[in-house]
Amino acid sequence: MPTTPPKTTPAKTAPTKKSSNPVPNKERIKMPRQHMPEQPPLVRAKQFTEVNLGYSAELARQEALRCLECAKPTCTRDCPVGVKVKDFVQLIVEGDYLGAAAKIREDNVLPAITGRVCPQEDHCEGACLLCKKGESLGIGYLERFVADYEQQHFDVTKIVKAPPTGKKVAIVGSGPSGLTAAGDLVQKGHQVHVFEALHEVGGVLVYGIPEFRLPKTIIRQQVDYMRAMGVEFETDVVVGRTVTIDELLEDEGYDAVFIGTGAGLPQFMGIPGEHLNGVYSANEFLTRINLMHAYEFPKYDEPMVDFRGKNVAVIGGGNTALDAIRSALRLGAGKAFILYRRSEAEMPARIEEIKHAKQEGIEFQVLAAPLEFLDDGKGWLRAARCQKMELGEPDASGRRRPVPIEGSEYEIPLTVAVIAIGTTANPIVQTTTPGLATTKRGYIQADETTQKTSRKGVFAGGDIVTGGATVILAMGAGRRAAKSIDEYLTTGQWDQ
Amino acid sequence: MFKIVNAQFIAPGIKRFVINAPRIARKQRPGQFVIVRVNETGERIPLTIERSDPESGTVNIVVQSIGKTTHLLNSLETGDSILDIVGPLGKPSEITNFGTVVVMGGGVGTAMAYPTAAAMKRAGNRVISILGGRNKDLVILENEMRGVSDTVFVTTDDGSYADKGLVTDKLRQLIENGTRIDLVLAVGPIPMMRAVADMTRKERIRTLVSLNPIMIDGTGMCGGCRVLVEGKSEFACVDGPEFDAHRVDFAVLVQRNAMYRDAERRSMEAFKRECELEKRKAAEPADEVACALEGK
Repeated sequence: MPTTPPKTTPAKTAPTKKSSNPVPNKERIKMPRQHMPEQPPLVRAKQFTEVNLGYSAELARQEALRCLECAKPTCTRDCPVGVKVKDFVQLIVEGDYLGAAAKIREDNVLPAITGRVCPQEDHCEGACLLCKKGESLGIGYLERFVADYEQQHFDVTKIVKAPPTGKKVAIVGSGPSGLTAAGDLVQKGHQVHVFEALHEVGGVLVYGIPEFRLPKTIIRQQVDYMRAMGVEFETDVVVGRTVTIDELLEDEGYDAVFIGTGAGLPQFMGIPGEHLNGVYSANEFLTRINLMHAYEFPKYDEPMVDFRGKNVAVIGGGNTALDAIRSALRLGAGKAFILYRRSEAEMPARIEEIKHAKQEGIEFQVLAAPLEFLDDGKGWLRAARCQKMELGEPDASGRRRPVPIEGSEYEIPLTVAVIAIGTTANPIVQTTTPGLATTKRGYIQADETTQKTSRKGVFAGGDIVTGGATVILAMGAGRRAAKSIDEYLTTGQWDQ
Repeated sequence: MFKIVNAQFIAPGIKRFVINAPRIARKQRPGQFVIVRVNETGERIPLTIERSDPESGTVNIVVQSIGKTTHLLNSLETGDSILDIVGPLGKPSEITNFGTVVVMGGGVGTAMAYPTAAAMKRAGNRVISILGGRNKDLVILENEMRGVSDTVFVTTDDGSYADKGLVTDKLRQLIENGTRIDLVLAVGPIPMMRAVADMTRKERIRTLVSLNPIMIDGTGMCGGCRVLVEGKSEFACVDGPEFDAHRVDFAVLVQRNAMYRDAERRSMEAFKRECELEKRKAAEPADEVACALEGK
């Protein structure tokens, strides 16, 4: 019910509403955080089904009762899309799960996705006052519970659509920022058409994040919900190639365009042997598995190098690196390890993913980096020659800089190496859109508040503006863009 | 879904599809390609655009049966559909008046070279085309190429048609005869493109090759199609598919294209077995069964 606030929580009375939580505040602090039920590590390490199993209604209620219901909720303040955590958690206490879902949807159109992949420790849960006394409220787990309940019980035909404004918006890319902008804009009554380059809607959610962390059925359900809201999707369109931004504005009658094309070209390390067979970019490795179902070869046609029983290493310490190495383990790697040049403390990955990876038997070789990939004489990867590192002074990112240790070189035999050290800007849209200003590194320049680009009527957000970041930060940009697109469409004003 | 308006074999195992794809037809420029996924369980493969017609909203693609996916594609008929076609991808060919351009097409590579040859002719170039194939059947689009070239030479490896020999033999003759050549475009099997590059490098003739490495998304996202260009990785889908032939590491290209040979063989064998089963089930004379393995 995106356009009509649910009756259970009329906005006017919300601030004065009496808490329905029977537990006194002092007691709530003492209640332990409810653990997320998960598949046993050694079972899940052999299959792609989801690791986390989800809260039961009972667990969700127990967890929801821990919320301190702060007068000025820091969780909402630190949420990039501003989810009203306190309100939806209280609705869980009341047992009104659909009401809770509707409350989340006022700010977040992808709750089943963020409930699974958002780095909550950096946002809502990191800001939760309960952290000071122990463990934060399980906001992500609660969001997931509510979203999954909604997917099973909410009838999407009951969605009330806003009256049409007659304005058309094109969204370029169906990843987190594009979907968020699309959801917000369609609720304002604009006609929203989403273009996707690949054959499936979801962008990085589909090609990047593995099934065991974010099942494809969940993404499809969230997208189907958006279809029911009135959002149109068109796959197999590479904007910049199949149609340009200018053609969308001039020939196809769009009044505004949002560019959310995402993290672009995979970065390689520039070390010898990167072209050997068996060396992958994380994007390719994950795309083969996630989008193309290489783990179901030969039922699906897309192949993957057979590394069953062999060594696989992923270079990098982010979520992508962990997704790749945990996928390799599930595909039967004999030994699967992470090679990261800093220490574990500097790893950008979500804490839960690191924990899960370790439980499953992933080995972490930190403070080490490859210098060269070695050939078996037939063009295939045989080993990596690595070097040990120590931590020096902090660098521009604030993290301690890795410094090579002289004479520490060593060799590890490898069948597959996956490079997960980040991406650079994909140039397709920028080079085919005259007058679209870019940064030195090729990303699109967009205002941090309005997401406006240098071109009138064109907005941009997500990784194509910031460089590789997280799902929720991209969603935040999509929200800000939707707000200013709506203002632009309503007023016709374009002030830089 | 993309409807097949017409499908015809133009040579044994080589089929031309006319496909309804208005967006692609409107935007296609010479040198560009498409990526195709036949069905829900299919892989994504890059294919050649032979020509497009913005008026009727159709593009022509030319497919040679090699592995499972291409065999499956070539079993499709007029009226069938292809699940996904995305494009046009890659940078278009640079079209300008270079002077004399030699366009070389080896086998099905001629389909990729044809639109560029036509555009070169329109730009005022003198176009000399050299077409080759293993045998008479595998020399394709000869009439089309004659229509856009000042001179056409044809070679076959086995001498079953025109001159016996390789396309590079003709190129050598042209060079030895003192023909002024400003640009060579070679599209075909890797050994052919490599041989052309070796020949023109010595003569300092600018030479382009259109490469066809393994690809998935075709938008620069995966990096699977990287080719080694003077020691540096470049992506065929966004930096190519045309590259300066003298800077390409062909050995790495051959090696990377062989990466999935075992898996491809397994796929192909499973597909053959399926076709055999279907044949038996149909209990029809074998030649009437829709299985493209026969190659017609």
